[in-house]
Amino acid sequence: MFKATVLIKRRPSILDPQGVAVEKGAKHLGISNIKNTRIGKLIEFDVDVKDRSDAEKEVNIYCSKLLSNPIMEDFEFKLSEWVPSGEEVK
Amino acid sequence: MSLKFGVVVFPGSNCDHDAYYSLRKLLNYDVEFLWHKDTDLKQSSVILLPGGFSYGDYLRTGAIARFSPIMNSVINFANKGGIVIGICNGFQILLEASLLPGVMIRNNSLKFACKDVYLSVENRETIFSAEISEAAKALKIPIAHGEGNYFADADLLKELEVNRQILFRYSDENGNVNDENNPNGSQLNIAGIVNKNGNVMGMMPHPERACDPTLGRIDGQQIFKSIANYILN
Repeated sequence: MFKATVLIKRRPSILDPQGVAVEKGAKHLGISNIKNTRIGKLIEFDVDVKDRSDAEKEVNIYCSKLLSNPIMEDFEFKLSEWVPSGEEVK
Repeated sequence: MSLKFGVVVFPGSNCDHDAYYSLRKLLNYDVEFLWHKDTDLKQSSVILLPGGFSYGDYLRTGAIARFSPIMNSVINFANKGGIVIGICNGFQILLEASLLPGVMIRNNSLKFACKDVYLSVENRETIFSAEISEAAKALKIPIAHGEGNYFADADLLKELEVNRQILFRYSDENGNVNDENNPNGSQLNIAGIVNKNGNVMGMMPHPERACDPTLGRIDGQQIFKSIANYILN
């Protein structure tokens, strides 16, 4: 079993109106050195396979076809193996 | 070919009945609902993807609906030249399914925009616009969306212009396109586009909500009449 952690980021060339608005909040909060706020997504799930390369294959499909839109987003992920008793292997 | 509209119903669609009502009761066309879990298009000659919040708009607008079983049939239908129209969330689904180019991002105001807008008609030589009166400087049709800010890179925008794929742009009531009348930040004020082949159209404004004379606006009828005329003639 692998635990996958996916990070999805909006491409730098794509405007992020949400990030711009949140950054305005920072000014109201009284902190003035915050720049280039960009909002992305963090998604976690398990992949129930034994082999790491099988997990990578499936996660790649999930990320590129559904979790991210390749026109405006990039993704990266990491996999950590664990055994169903709950103990992490690496 | 006989004229029949198939209105797809996704979980979270909420303009499916508006579309059905306008097409059936006001325009007297043959219409049938198509359930998202089915794959049969029931001999429809036009597929309409309605507005709403399919699958809660989770992840990205339209992203999950795009993988509904019915969408494989819709994609095959469109790739064979079948006529498909996506309205609002339907437009977002067509973008996610790559039947239309570009992406939709959050309105630059960050607010849900719900109001009447005016649309300048940029191309009257399409299946969806041939019957729009030349006299009409702009169509008055309502919008209701939070993510209608159309984004495409510079190359794609150029391509859309060269191929005359931009169908509607947000304008004032005289058809003048300017920043002041852009309700969401869309590039080039884009409100509706067609694919390269001209058989798939997506638009953020709701023509099905501008068909009933009782409600004081009927400009949406011209879009459905254009499609009907194309099929019947």
